[in-house]
Order: sequence, then C-alpha cells, then structure tokens
Amino acid sequence: MATLALQALKKNFGATEVLKAIDLSLESGEMLVIVGASGCGKSTLLRLVAGLETPTSGQILLDNTDITQRDPSRRDMAMVFQNYALYPHMTVAQNMGYALKLRGDKPEVIKSKVAAAASLLGLDELLKRRPGELSGGQRQRVAMGRAIVRAPKLFLFDEPLSNLDAKLRVTMRAEIRRLQRRLGITSLYVTHDQVEAMTMADRLIVMQAGRAAQIATPMEIFSQPANLFVAQFIGSPAMNIIDPAKAGIANMPPNTLIGIRAEHVVIANSGLPFAADLVEPLGSETLIHGTLACGQRLTLRRPGPPPESAALTISLPRDALHFFDTSTGERLPRLHG
Amino acid sequence: MRVKPDCLAHAILLLGVALFMLPIWVMVAGATQDAGAIARGGLSVIPNPSGFGIFWQALFYGGAAHAGYPVWHMLLVSFAMACGIAIGKIVISLLSAYAIVFFRFPFRRFAFWTIFLTLMLPVEVRIIPSFAVVSSLGLINTYGGLTLPLIASATATLLFRQVFAAIPDELVEAARLDGAGPIEFLRDMVLPVSRANLAALFVILFVYGWNQYLWPLLASSSPAYTTIVLGIVQMLAPDQMTPWNLVMATTTLAMAPPVIVVVLLQRAFVRGLTESDK
Repeated sequence: MATLALQALKKNFGATEVLKAIDLSLESGEMLVIVGASGCGKSTLLRLVAGLETPTSGQILLDNTDITQRDPSRRDMAMVFQNYALYPHMTVAQNMGYALKLRGDKPEVIKSKVAAAASLLGLDELLKRRPGELSGGQRQRVAMGRAIVRAPKLFLFDEPLSNLDAKLRVTMRAEIRRLQRRLGITSLYVTHDQVEAMTMADRLIVMQAGRAAQIATPMEIFSQPANLFVAQFIGSPAMNIIDPAKAGIANMPPNTLIGIRAEHVVIANSGLPFAADLVEPLGSETLIHGTLACGQRLTLRRPGPPPESAALTISLPRDALHFFDTSTGERLPRLHG
Repeated sequence: MRVKPDCLAHAILLLGVALFMLPIWVMVAGATQDAGAIARGGLSVIPNPSGFGIFWQALFYGGAAHAGYPVWHMLLVSFAMACGIAIGKIVISLLSAYAIVFFRFPFRRFAFWTIFLTLMLPVEVRIIPSFAVVSSLGLINTYGGLTLPLIASATATLLFRQVFAAIPDELVEAARLDGAGPIEFLRDMVLPVSRANLAALFVILFVYGWNQYLWPLLASSSPAYTTIVLGIVQMLAPDQMTPWNLVMATTTLAMAPPVIVVVLLQRAFVRGLTESDK
C-alpha cells in the first residue's frame, strides 16, 4: 500500500521531448491505466517510475519520499514485462523467489511465500519447471507471481497481455484486476488497448504526444472526452465527428465540430439523408457505415438485425452531442437551447 | 531421416579419420620399438607388444639436459601454464566484456577499440617488447611470466561481448527491479546463461595454452619451468643418438591432457559454439 505522485515529470531523448510535464497522483490501492497510441510516451512514463530511465526534470514521490534519483533495485516496485522477462535458467520457484533471496529472506520463508503465491495463481504443479517448458499464459502467470510474491509498494505493468491470444487476454485481464483488488497494491498499467484500459482502470490517463490529454475515471472519459483525440481514441467504433456547417445542420455555433457516438445516432423518418455502404451484423446489434449527403462519413449502431434499405434518414439527438473547438480540438461546454 | 546409409559420405569420412589418425598411430607404434631400429629407418607400423613399458619409463625420463627434471614435471608445468592462461583469460575477458556491454562509462567505445586492437598484436609480433617488459619486472622463470603476456588478448572479450549482447534488456531490467546489483547480476544471470560458452572457451584456450612454444622458449630458461613442448624439442640432440622411442612416447603423453579436456567438456563445447537461444 503506497501512494505515488509525479510532479512536472519531463523526459527528453536528445532534442525530442517524449514527456512534457506530467503531473499525476495515485491513491493507495488504486489501479491507474496509462493508455495511448504507440509513441505517445506511455512506456517511457512507466520506465521513469521504475527508475529504468532518468527524468530530465521533475520529481517522483513514493509515499511522499522523493525517489527520483533512487536506483530501481531500491524502489521496492515489481514490474510485469511485455515479454515476461523470466530468467531462462531458473525454475518457476526460483524465478518467483529471486527477489526474496536477494533481500536475504530465509529459505523456508521464501518457500512458503512462493508456495502461497503459486497457489493463488494456480501454479503449484509448475514450480519445478523452467520457463522454456511453459505456455504463454503460464509464463504470464509466473511473471505475475514473481511480482506479487514480494508484496511490493507498487506494481508496474508494461502491456502484459499483448502477447496472449484474444481469449486468454480476456481471462487474464479479469484475473489481474481481481488479484490487484484483493492485494490492494497500487498499480500503474500501460496498454494501447482501449478495452483493456476501460475495463481495468480505477482511473485512466489518456496520453497524447507526451502529454496527459485527460485523467479521469473510464466512464467520465467516455461520456465527457476532453478533446477530439480522446473522443476518437476511447470507444469502439470511434466517435463520429461532423462539421455541422458542411452537413447543413442548423442552430450550431460557428467554428464548432460536433461529435456523436454510433449508438446515439437515431434512424428517423425525417432528418439527414444517409447512404449506407457497409453493414456489419454482429448478432445482437448492427453497425452501419455510410456517408451523409455532404460526403462526411458516419457510423451508426443499432440493436437488432440490419435495416432493409440502404437509403436512410437519421437524426442526431441534441443531448447526445459533444462539441469541440475546430482549431484547438478542445471540448466546449454543452449548448442549451 | 534417410534410412539408406550414404556409402560415399561414410567413405570420405573414414578416409579423413584415417588421415588424421595415421601420424598418431605411427607415433604410438614407434614408441614401442627399439631406438636404434627407428634411427636406421626401420620404423614398423605394427606396435611391438613388449615395448609398452616405454610410456611409464618416459614419464620419469629426464637426462642431463633437464637437470634432473623428468617428463612428469614438464607435464605439470604445461598443465599449470595452460590452466593459468585459460582461466586468466576467461576472468579478464569476462569482466571487461561485462563492463563494456552492461555499463555506460566515459570512453567506453575507446576502451572497446583498444581491447580490439590487441587482436592485431599476437605474441609473435610483440615478442621483443613483451620480453623486455616481463624481464624488467623480474618475471622470467615464474608462472606469471609464462602466462601474463598470453592472457592479454581480445579474442575472448569479443566472444563474451557477443554472448552478453544477446541477453535481452528486459532480463537486465527485471533483475534490477528484483533488487540485483552488478555483482548479483553477474553471478545469478550472466554466468549461468553463458555457462556453455565458458566451457567452450576454456577448451579452446587450454589447448592454445598447452601448445605454446615460442613464448615459453623465451620466458623460461630454467629447467624447473620447462614445458612439455619445449622438453620434447630439447630431447632431439643433434650431436648424439636421439632416443626416438622415448621422444615418441613423450609426445604421446604430451597429447593426452588436451585430449582429456576436450573429451570431458565436448558436450558443452559443441553447445557453446552452436546454440544461440538466450
């Protein structure tokens, strides 16, 4: 149990600014997910916290102690790596117990702690094996085990599920979340997968080109995205963005783009003409892709089977619209009237 | 796998084996025969069964030329020198490669290229200055003098650098987060992971050290530090009758230790040179 605070954390690689002044604080036991496209600086942020990179400026506080310059081996953090990074020449038990051994724990203490962690993760049968003899999912569990056995102050996850197949990813996602809640260990979790981000996070930080575009709970980010980037990054399919002037929608302020999620678009008897060009039936619902009369693309989602006609008319309910500034992309307050 | 044996391939292999074995056979057979007969050119390729005692006899053969130091002593000197060279070289190269691969320090590249440069300076090239240095340090006729100039070279450093560079960064980072410092990482990760390479290198360097001739010739003038390779040469006396059977028996004995080392470590040797899964 620990709190983490980042203060104006910056990182440059040569002349490139990878992180531009990140401020962040994690409460004890909180799971914060860092999400963003590749190259947005999310992994760098995690590596700065771990101490594997040194920040250009700014501070990292763990339990209100400045650890910015502290060596990674003395930060009491455990990291789960994308490729697991298990020690190939050690058995599962040795892998999990290595940190305890270095810490100077007695062999019987190590044994019982490893056994406890192994039974929590269902690894009891595999303790004598080497990583080379394990499947991807099992390696993932061992990597988790290695992290939890130490009961560290902080868990760091660097895209831990990206090497697993889709089905296993869903199971492991739930399992990691359950474990983290149960152990109550403060966690930072990096992913590029927005579903993973939404489902696992207490709070999300959406990164955009080295900046935190928004830090909030998943539902808050979904319902009130801070800018165009966040609006289109979170949610699938991505939010529709329409220029109302071109589409001929009346009563809109100038220099404003409107956004609407696919599920909020309504098929109506009168409204904007919409030509569907691709229909994706998903069983319980249908995605319909097409264009408005002005040529702007739009996707709508509706429950049930696909409509019979390709030529539809749609309406955009006023209270489901999001407004963004044309030039800055920032969210504008909802209009009334 | 093909079931039918490939006769031609086997024939060629057998021919190759015969070609390599023939001199050794002649040597072993020759050792069992009468010295005079060999000198007259009557060397038979059929061993004389009653002459096998010569190997035991050769072990204690010294003669005036060696001031009483027999062949077994020379074998020990050679063994100590070969081990010293192999172990010394491995320790130094391991540490220097470890520093170059895993640490960022000023002039790292410069250090690497300086080490690399020694590849172009084998003992034969720098023999006069090496002798001058060793002699002014008072190391002539010591094991230090026999081994140190041969320990300093880049081959092993280069090999270890390749092996270490193949260790994934994530592994290094995982170990650091687990609390491993430089010494622990070397002991618990680097050494076990490169064990096969260590064994392979030991074999190569042991044989290299064992076969040294030119440097020991200069660095050991005292019979107490005569290596077996030098000893064999000194047995060839131009002004008197050479005891050829003893020379051949000694040569056979001189071949044994490297062969034993290769046989003992051959599995690791092959793995270290071919396997690359890290």
